[in-house]
Amino acid sequence: MAKEGKIVKVSGPLVEALGMQEAKMYDVVKVGEQRLIGEIIRLSGERAYIQVYEETEGLGPGDPVFLTGEPLVVELGPGLLDSIYDGIQRPLGRIREEIGDYIGRGLTIHALPRKKKWNFKPLVKKGELVKEGDILGKVEETPLIEHRVLVPPGINGKVESIKGGSFTIEEEIAKIEKRPIRMLSRWPVRNPRPFKERLAPVVPLVTGQRIIDSLFPVAKGGTACIPGPFGSGKTVVLHEIAKWANSQIIVYTGCGERGNEMADVLLEFPKLKDPKSGRPLTERTILIANTSNMPVAAREASIYTGITIGEYYRDMGYDVALMADSTSRWAEALREISGRMEEMPGEEGYPAYLGTRVASFYERAGRVINLGSKGVEGSLSVIGAVSPPGGDLTDPVVQQTLRVAKVFWGLDDRLAYQRHFPAINWLSSYSLHLRNIEQYLKREINEEFPKLREMAIEILQREAEVLEIVRLVGMETISKEDQLLLEVARSLREDFLHQNAFDEKDAYTTLPKQYQMLRFILLSHDLFRGLLNKGIELKRILTLPIREKIARIKYVPEENLREFDQLEEELRREVKGLK
Amino acid sequence: MIRKEYRSVAEVNGPLMFIEGTSGIKYGELAEIVLPTGKTRRAKVLEVEEDKVLLQLFEGTSGINLYQARVKFEGRGLEFGVSLDLLGRIFDGLGRPLDKGPQIIAEKKVDINGSPINPTARDYPSEFIQTGISAIDGLNSLVRGQKLPIFSGSGLPHNRLTAQIARQSKVLGKEERFGIVFAAMGITFEEADYFISDFKRTGAIERSVLFINLSNDPAIERIATPRMALTVAEYLAFEKDMHILVILTDITHYAEALREISAARNEVPGRRGYPSYLYTDLATIFERAGRIKGKKGSITQMPILSMPEDDKTHPIPDLTGYITEGQIILSRSLHHRGIYPPVDILPSLSRLRDKGIGKEKTREDHPDLASQLFAAYAKGKEAKELAVVLGEASLSDLDRLYLKFSEGFERRFISQLEDEGRDIAETLDIGWSLLKSLPKTELKRIREEYLEKYL
Repeated sequence: MAKEGKIVKVSGPLVEALGMQEAKMYDVVKVGEQRLIGEIIRLSGERAYIQVYEETEGLGPGDPVFLTGEPLVVELGPGLLDSIYDGIQRPLGRIREEIGDYIGRGLTIHALPRKKKWNFKPLVKKGELVKEGDILGKVEETPLIEHRVLVPPGINGKVESIKGGSFTIEEEIAKIEKRPIRMLSRWPVRNPRPFKERLAPVVPLVTGQRIIDSLFPVAKGGTACIPGPFGSGKTVVLHEIAKWANSQIIVYTGCGERGNEMADVLLEFPKLKDPKSGRPLTERTILIANTSNMPVAAREASIYTGITIGEYYRDMGYDVALMADSTSRWAEALREISGRMEEMPGEEGYPAYLGTRVASFYERAGRVINLGSKGVEGSLSVIGAVSPPGGDLTDPVVQQTLRVAKVFWGLDDRLAYQRHFPAINWLSSYSLHLRNIEQYLKREINEEFPKLREMAIEILQREAEVLEIVRLVGMETISKEDQLLLEVARSLREDFLHQNAFDEKDAYTTLPKQYQMLRFILLSHDLFRGLLNKGIELKRILTLPIREKIARIKYVPEENLREFDQLEEELRREVKGLK
Repeated sequence: MIRKEYRSVAEVNGPLMFIEGTSGIKYGELAEIVLPTGKTRRAKVLEVEEDKVLLQLFEGTSGINLYQARVKFEGRGLEFGVSLDLLGRIFDGLGRPLDKGPQIIAEKKVDINGSPINPTARDYPSEFIQTGISAIDGLNSLVRGQKLPIFSGSGLPHNRLTAQIARQSKVLGKEERFGIVFAAMGITFEEADYFISDFKRTGAIERSVLFINLSNDPAIERIATPRMALTVAEYLAFEKDMHILVILTDITHYAEALREISAARNEVPGRRGYPSYLYTDLATIFERAGRIKGKKGSITQMPILSMPEDDKTHPIPDLTGYITEGQIILSRSLHHRGIYPPVDILPSLSRLRDKGIGKEKTREDHPDLASQLFAAYAKGKEAKELAVVLGEASLSDLDRLYLKFSEGFERRFISQLEDEGRDIAETLDIGWSLLKSLPKTELKRIREEYLEKYL
């Protein structure tokens, strides 16, 4: 296509061009002789406003703008897993091989390798009728994940030909109603991928983080947001979830964050093993890294790139978890572009459409039945970090996010100062998924798990009230029962909620062990309260040797949860022994 | 190619200048403005349209006459000539020699904006740097390739602390080429002189490169100063295999210069009048720290930032904290009590600490011990607050122990002399001796085996 316009103005990442009658909104254009990638974000007469995804230095009026007539798309197909991309899906690993340690401009490297051959195994036969979203065949993408090749949306009919064997992603593997099917497909990032039906989420996304799974769980297909000031541990929480969450695919989007953090993920994930298969975790992970010093417009696109890839695997029937760190940086990118277009600002300079953009992003999460005829079920959970200025939750990005996210993990810098991690505040956080997953917990773990959670929350609430009183009048004036409650609450905080991400034994806890731990702490509370009622001195109760063991229950090995029975026996024996 | 010269300056406004009737100008290009006196000023293209250009001057607009100034465009960005001869030299904020040394013969010229490091090329920083300061080494350890700012306030001894770190820093068991790149932005002559004489006294000047923009130099010159410094740092680290400590002081003055330009352009302001791209702009400075796979050298950044009214939520420290890998915060109340260095332990943080300490790096007990010291000190501080309200008598026995611990901790662990370099074992041992005053049941964060071995 030879259609081309001319640049008339350059201001940072925003370029204006004339002669753009043919252009459509959100079309991709190539800017300048270097053919930098840009996207049209406003049209006015024959003038187009273009946000450029690369550094614009060296562009000037008169330089050409080439139209492609296509929206911003991602490439989908085998080869996505174990990759690291920038915000517009350029493969950073191969960029480094080609041009070295720094990121250059105007590069056209395909997101998916073109030469690599994949072993395609058909699952339907010639002559069969198939529907969009049906599984045509499979490819072992990594030893951990089988890639299912689906009939692309919009194609229905009879399979005219299909063949197994070794193919590149561009070679034809099947023909349906005269249309050739390849493993490679494309999808515009700003359009959600279609599905047949959306379902309510009912299964928890188990993260191995005790405060999350036991107190404020998120369901598969749900949304969570985690706001907090700097240093409160947002990124560590997201990293832990990416490592341990029981979803099959992880999409980790580093959106305007630190380069060294991405390096950490890159270097650490290959060393970590999937607990079930023993394979490296990278084989189920896709990383999108648009660090804070990389072009700001690509940061805006990065979360869409990530979520589109997530939807693609969801459609195959997988449980996908997407982490976005941090949506505040994405919103700031939106604000910067909006400011340069001289739009009327809303709150804090953010554009008035911030709310709709945030909502339409989170609404792409969900548990769905895919388009196919077999009713395959998949889910996409979205967990977004938010970095409000000064940790102030009245920030517009936080407020807009809270409207749509169902789970809120509020980080607290006071907890972080005490090095209580994860620094999730148990008084302000909430989860609207509790009801959804209650049945699952009762069925799979224990009938009384949901009740224990309520009791734990109650004790922590009460602790806050009692401490308020202690601060005013001192310790002696409060009742013995409240003094005991303070001790139990402390034990809940220190022995259950506190979790060390850097300790190999403590980093991950299964649901059965979480249940046992919680039960044991609350049981000790019950028994100790009984002793108090019998008139036994609090001091003697608190110096029982079992208390030291409670402090170490997090180190009870996962493979030997029977130890809790022995501990219970010991506890009951010591309680009985007190007279 | 002969470059056209324009005499069509239409407007000068603060640090900005509009020129009309231009053609063929590129965004980001460097321009040179020639005054009738023959003196030149440099400027950068901020916005370019078909027939007009908006320039941002680096050296201020005073003395410019609309009808006499001539403008030439250079067809390239602002560059700085790098060479090993830069070591030991002092420059102004725009890279012109300030000392009496000869002009530098550049090995090559490099665009001062640099390019982002490909995240896949980064090597994760994990080499412990021993600064000899317990509050940092023990609890907020610095590693090579980290960017760790000091959040301070006016009147606090951040300069003394930074100079001490620059003097004492070393990596355990290694002798390597170590250098300092120092960029002063808008600090006073006295402050700059303190660093220069300290570097001279210790001989560090021989392996240092200094860029000095003082408070009475044009504010907008500061926009280029850190970028010059980091260009030199990248050259020394990634081409000459040196380990470079970059000290940037003071980021607050830099951000204010940025605000000045933004205001002159009538941009929609973000918080407190700072431009909405302040985060991105600061990131292009701070993200130039790090290590690259296969390269021997490293860039460690230590920016100093004075918090207006000691307010950590002010946009400058706030956005900085979101980019850097932790922060060392100085406390006014510790300073008033005569404790040097007055490091406010609890809100201070080094995000890369856990990768740099522990077995085979410092000592096996280090991570547990640090976590325990933090927790105990936090409890001690809580007890102290309680004692202020209710009187010490109303504290429980345990709270009283914590209170005593926290006092000892401030006096013996945090506090040290300005010329005292403690090695890491000494720092850890002080920590253990302080923990002895607490009951063993309280030491939940330390593994049994270490309790037996070290307590």
